[in-house]
Amino acid sequence: MAVPQAPTLEKPPPPRGPNRPNGEDGGHPRDGGDAMVRPPLPSARIAVWLLVGAITILFAAFTSTYLARRGEADWRVGPLPSILWLNTLVLLLSSASLYWARHRGRRGHLDDVRMGVAVATALGVLFLMGQVAAWRQLVAAGIYLTTNPHSAFFYLLTGTHAVHLVGGVAALGYALRAARRATNPARALEVVEPVATYWHFVDGLWLYLFGILFWL
Amino acid sequence: MTITHHEVHADHQLSFVRRYIFSQDHKIIGIQYLMTSFVMALVGGLLAMLIRLQVGFPGARWPLAGLLFPGGFSGGAIKPDFYLSVVTMHGTIMIFFVLTTSLSGGFGNFLIPLQIGARDMAFPFLNMLSYWLYPPAILILLASFFVAGGAPNSGWTAYVPLSALKEAAPGSGLGQTLWLIALAMLIVAFLFGSLNYITTIFQMRTRGMSMMRMPLTIWAMFVTAILMLLAFPVLFAAVIMLLFDRLAGTSFFVPSGLVVGGQLISHSGGNPLLWQHLFWFLGHPEVYVLILPPMGIVSEILATQARKPIFGYRYMVGSMVAIAGLSFLVWGHHMYVSGMHPLVGAAFMATTLVIAIPSAIKTFNWVATLWRARIRFSPAMLFAIGFVSLFVTGGLTGIFLGSPPVDIYLHDTYFVVAHFHFVMASAALFGLFAGTYHWFPKMFGRMMDERLGRIHFWLTFVGIYATFFPMHFAGVAGMMRRIYSTSLYAHLQGLGVLNMFISLAAFGLGLAQLIFAYNFLVSLFRGQKAEANPWEATTLEWQTSSPPPHGNFGDTLPTVYRWPYDYSVPDAPRDYIPQTVPPTPLPVQGGAGDPGAQ
Repeated sequence: MAVPQAPTLEKPPPPRGPNRPNGEDGGHPRDGGDAMVRPPLPSARIAVWLLVGAITILFAAFTSTYLARRGEADWRVGPLPSILWLNTLVLLLSSASLYWARHRGRRGHLDDVRMGVAVATALGVLFLMGQVAAWRQLVAAGIYLTTNPHSAFFYLLTGTHAVHLVGGVAALGYALRAARRATNPARALEVVEPVATYWHFVDGLWLYLFGILFWL
Repeated sequence: MTITHHEVHADHQLSFVRRYIFSQDHKIIGIQYLMTSFVMALVGGLLAMLIRLQVGFPGARWPLAGLLFPGGFSGGAIKPDFYLSVVTMHGTIMIFFVLTTSLSGGFGNFLIPLQIGARDMAFPFLNMLSYWLYPPAILILLASFFVAGGAPNSGWTAYVPLSALKEAAPGSGLGQTLWLIALAMLIVAFLFGSLNYITTIFQMRTRGMSMMRMPLTIWAMFVTAILMLLAFPVLFAAVIMLLFDRLAGTSFFVPSGLVVGGQLISHSGGNPLLWQHLFWFLGHPEVYVLILPPMGIVSEILATQARKPIFGYRYMVGSMVAIAGLSFLVWGHHMYVSGMHPLVGAAFMATTLVIAIPSAIKTFNWVATLWRARIRFSPAMLFAIGFVSLFVTGGLTGIFLGSPPVDIYLHDTYFVVAHFHFVMASAALFGLFAGTYHWFPKMFGRMMDERLGRIHFWLTFVGIYATFFPMHFAGVAGMMRRIYSTSLYAHLQGLGVLNMFISLAAFGLGLAQLIFAYNFLVSLFRGQKAEANPWEATTLEWQTSSPPPHGNFGDTLPTVYRWPYDYSVPDAPRDYIPQTVPPTPLPVQGGAGDPGAQ
């Protein structure tokens, strides 16, 4: 722009022209105005990633104390409840189902989105029931929260993970309702995709916890 | 979840409860946070007075104060365990329930949408939820005063095993449990808040408001929100584990072989140092959660009232980001005497001293902003300049304490108390006062009394130095932090007069705050009506009415054409150009295109 500018003391940003309203990184979609600018990402997507970040830190704190504790001389790893293998498989299938739902949704199959989310939700509930069964297996074997340091960490980590999974199942239920009401796949995916991000995260989190609890 | 025009104009139909109590309007939520924090500041301040009553006049009897807390006084004298409860609750309340909530919750909520040109937060409902976790947390926290054993005695840091074993101290019973639950609730509130702040700043900036055109207050809130999001989950994890240790009998933090009151405890195999690591991994970022928002507020006020652009805007942003990043690498400097390896201590010393660099950049830039300026000494400006003074005074002692050889001598003495009351507590408080004087007209549409504000400033400024500066000497003389009475130890006998002086200064400082309370309350109802832009400032919140309407900006959102610091631009018709003024051809004689006009 060669027109003389109103004076400013702002340093011109190198890539953009000075004083040009650079609307591409902001803007209010409903505000009328001459340039309708959409935000680059839906807010829910950013919020989910921030939530994932905060939960990662939470479990990083838990597991760093776990790693510090297991270095001590009296450390013994407790028995592995066999049902955990099955639970892990169920959770992986649940994630796969959501992945498939998104994949089909992007190709325009709304019914498949609904189906995929419904299956994922059911498998999520199944996983939670499986975790309860695992705790019962341990209790039956006489291993309680206070039995030894490993059991304390086992109940703490799986319990906290389960709480986050309950939230995930609730979110999946919400996504299922949104998908049922949606008139086209894109609408459904607006809700399903952020929820799926969270679900894949708690799924990966489980693999991490399972790994460090028994295999490290 | 943006607010549509229909909703914007529908505010008349909202009931009183929806509008002022369970409100989803960020301005109301911000004011709610601020007001609640002021009430809590009163509680925390009164507790501080009790501390000084005891330390300044050990053994004296206060029958009247005893009537307030019948369980805490015996024969008119403060009981030792009650004294420790008071110290614990003073710290907890001031740090988490006053400074974090007022600066981040109050000003963050009020200013973010207004200064970036948005109608509200990205998630207004979550925002309301965030506030409404705060009053219940307060009730639970304060309830600990009234349960058996009273409030916790373990300090705001809740060090294990004192905080883990019910038998360890009177306040380690139900009181400590309530303390932990209250803190956990507040952490969730902070997480909701920071999630909202970050998303809002990413998503809802108006046209032209690029990141590098955001006012420094917004940058400060943004960086603070990221800090909170990444630091508080660690404390949350620690709180959960401590609750398990207390209620379920696990031994995450409690070591084997402890004998308490003649009884061998049943816990075994925990490590109390883990609590310290987790606590300080949050605890150090937390002090920057307290000090970054005032840094932003002060930068804003200095530029506005000095009528000069902030010096080194990009360095100000960069130094905030650097401080935030470094704050995660320094927690060990709180633990030099915990038996850590000297090499680890040296590493923490290095990271700690590096923080001095971005801090010095900020201080230099503030002073450079004031250099040869036509300063308007409004109360907000006085408090902003006072902030710089307190920050430097407290920051310098931080260099002492950051070095293990010095810290090992001064650790847990009044030198530390003096240090953090300057650099974190008083400085943040000055940021809170500066922000309140500055944005009061925007919040309530009325002006605060400037004369009372200046009196308040001078009494507070002198009062803070008189109270906290002598504590350095007490600390070097070996006076322990949280000590019940100086008469207990021979080496503290000579400190009686010094402590009496500190107490008298503290009482004066406390009384001076009544001027602020009076000014605030009277101005709410009788203050002079405020114009839209009483300080002739450039940022967006001053370009709408005072107080702004629901939805903030009328029918169309503002468009931003320039950075927020166009003060005293050469050849401009006025000494400020609001961010909304478009680039027009240079004004020719005759005054066409006057950029100062709204």
